[in-house]
Amino acid sequence: MTAAVELKGLGKVFNPGRADQVVALTGIDLTVGSGQFVSLIGPSGCGKSTLLRLVADLVPPSEGTITVAGKPVRKARLDQEYGIAFQQAGLFDWRTVRRNVELPLELRGASRAERRERAGEMLDLVGLSDFAGHYPPQLSGGMQQRVAIARALAVHPPLLLMDEPFGALDEMTRERLQDELLAICARTGTSTIFVTHSIPEAVYLSDRVVVMSPRPGRITDLIEIDLGERSEATRQSAGFFAGITKVRKALRGIEVPA
Amino acid sequence: MRGLRAVATGVGAILAGVLLWEAYKWIGGDDGSILFGVRVLPRADDAAMPHVYDVLRRFGEPELAGGDPIGLVVLKACLFTLRSVAVGFGVGALIGLLLAVVMQRFRVVERGLLPYVILSQTVPLIALAPAIAGWGGKLSLGSYPWQPWMSVATIAAYLAFFPVAVGMLRGLQSPPPVAEELMHSYAAGWWHTLVKLRLPASTPYLFPALRLAGAAAVVGAVVGEISTGTRGGIGRLVIEYSREATADPAKVYTAMVGAALLGLAVAAVVGIAEFALNRRRTV
Amino acid sequence: MRRLLPPIIVGVGGLALWELIVKAGRVAPFILPAPSAIWEQFWLSRDVIWKTGLASGTNALVGLVAGALLGIGAAMAASRFRLLGEASIPVAAALNALPIIALAPILNNMFESTSSIPRRVVVAIVVFFPVFVNTLRGLRQVDPTHRELMDSYAAGGWTFTRLVRLPGALPFVFTGLRQASSLAVIAAVVAEYFGGLQDGLGSRITSAAANTAYPRAWAFVVGACVLGLVFYAAALALERLATPWRRSA
Repeated sequence: MTAAVELKGLGKVFNPGRADQVVALTGIDLTVGSGQFVSLIGPSGCGKSTLLRLVADLVPPSEGTITVAGKPVRKARLDQEYGIAFQQAGLFDWRTVRRNVELPLELRGASRAERRERAGEMLDLVGLSDFAGHYPPQLSGGMQQRVAIARALAVHPPLLLMDEPFGALDEMTRERLQDELLAICARTGTSTIFVTHSIPEAVYLSDRVVVMSPRPGRITDLIEIDLGERSEATRQSAGFFAGITKVRKALRGIEVPA
Repeated sequence: MRGLRAVATGVGAILAGVLLWEAYKWIGGDDGSILFGVRVLPRADDAAMPHVYDVLRRFGEPELAGGDPIGLVVLKACLFTLRSVAVGFGVGALIGLLLAVVMQRFRVVERGLLPYVILSQTVPLIALAPAIAGWGGKLSLGSYPWQPWMSVATIAAYLAFFPVAVGMLRGLQSPPPVAEELMHSYAAGWWHTLVKLRLPASTPYLFPALRLAGAAAVVGAVVGEISTGTRGGIGRLVIEYSREATADPAKVYTAMVGAALLGLAVAAVVGIAEFALNRRRTV
Repeated sequence: MRRLLPPIIVGVGGLALWELIVKAGRVAPFILPAPSAIWEQFWLSRDVIWKTGLASGTNALVGLVAGALLGIGAAMAASRFRLLGEASIPVAAALNALPIIALAPILNNMFESTSSIPRRVVVAIVVFFPVFVNTLRGLRQVDPTHRELMDSYAAGGWTFTRLVRLPGALPFVFTGLRQASSLAVIAAVVAEYFGGLQDGLGSRITSAAANTAYPRAWAFVVGACVLGLVFYAAALALERLATPWRRSA
């Protein structure tokens, strides 16, 4: 099975050679298998968002290689091999919810009928069909994020990239959206790279948690999570807490520079 | 460095304007262009559009034979009008500020007065001019009788108070609720909150408002002079010279340039004030 | 309803006070006519007010449309070519400080004195600045999340402008238009004072004042105010129509 994402010897330096040079990432090796859910976790400034943007080809690497779906990242972006969701939903206020979800399809040149059908399907998936004709300012933060996820999945991408999408939401909404996300990923079989700085969130969602060190960012730990099918009980289970402890220890094991 | 760029841009713009003017004179027909019987493009002959050089030269020549050079006449007129502008601007800005403070303090006053403040600006000045001039005839400041230029200053103030009132109101209301709550937690009264929170928070709104008010004061003074028939100011000059435009085309442009410079002078004063105030803040 | 009460009270109260002061104080009409006298004149001259209002309104409208189109076009050019944009803002600010109305006599010279174009040009210039400044501001502010999103779709250049910049700038365009709409009416009316074709409200105001028929002059002023309000309301209505998403917020 071809890996969804492969990173080899990846490094990123901002403003190389200048006084304000920043080594964001060095020596990153990572493989995300097809259908896997991988979380990136680490202290602020460890480069996890940068890593996500490197995979998304929004930022060019300084060294190393990245392949997405077996292609170089640039081609992957042009071929729309992934969908991305940010911490801000980033919906267009001037478009209805439905037309927001249709956006990537429009850009691909899908026909009107196709777009409508696909957008309807996606909105059903996130449970917002009733709000298709509303405008984003009328929706709550959680609902807006769901629309953003529906939009990210609209082109049925094999890979989903998420940068702390639930960061701005309250705990109850977060937990609910986590369950929804897992259900969607299971149904569509997408591989996911999920950036977060919440330990419970990382453990609950992932097959693997990638622990990163502060700048210059490196991968210090790869923790496999095996909790089986997630349910209400999972959040109280011993396995869940054990996983949290493992991740916490791995994070604490990093000496934060004085 | 930035100042240099700004000056260069200004000079560049003026040069571009002059070039466009002369270029149009060169290619435009002497009679302009008539489309469907309507003159769409202006006449380009020397009577309607004198050469830039001619206008500049006219500044040095006297108004009538054996008088002061026009440059001097225009300058004196500008200074005359400047008095009305300055007083009008000052009084208008003050009234606008007071109004904004009162409207911020009492929401009822804001709801009741704001629509009329906005409405006041839809009344064309020319209607008010005779009324204001008439009132002036009956008033006197102490023993000092009402002068015509004071009527003009009143009209200028009338136009100037509006941008300040509206802009400052928005500025005074701009601090986020958390800041107001903080002051409340310090048991700071309304006055302290005004001085320590609202006024400093409103400076970004103050200067754009003052710029608009300055420009409005100049327009008010010019139109005010015309509608009250006040002699000695630049407004009067513009009208007088425009009546002689067919005989002496460059003259009206000299008056126009004077009025334009007046506007720029006021803008420059506001700019300097802004610069001075911002230097005190460490950005 | 509570929100409307204070202005209504102030309005009615103000009018009543006005009437009282003028009648009781026996103020001469040339200082300030009574509201009742103004209303009487308004009713008597309503046909003329309508006709001249239409003429001034047409001038204002033509100037408004022309100035708005120019302002939007210039803002688009200024946001596209950064150098132009940087240079244009201080120039626009400086030009805005000049009394535009003083251009009227020159324009009358450049065109015939029987042409409506000078007044329309003055309106267009007055309208240009608020529309230009506000539109430019709208075009320049782009949510960074939107930028990243469109990058991820490999959508740039004109597509980005069409789908993100322009719709995002619309609310700002309408802010400029709202300001410009009432300015347009005033400019159209006041421009008439400088000579040229005298078929609008401005000319009637001045001729009535010159004949010391002050209640009549004020009646025409009321007409001008109403015209200004109509333009403002139309701009507001257009805004609601074109930006439906703001209303629902």
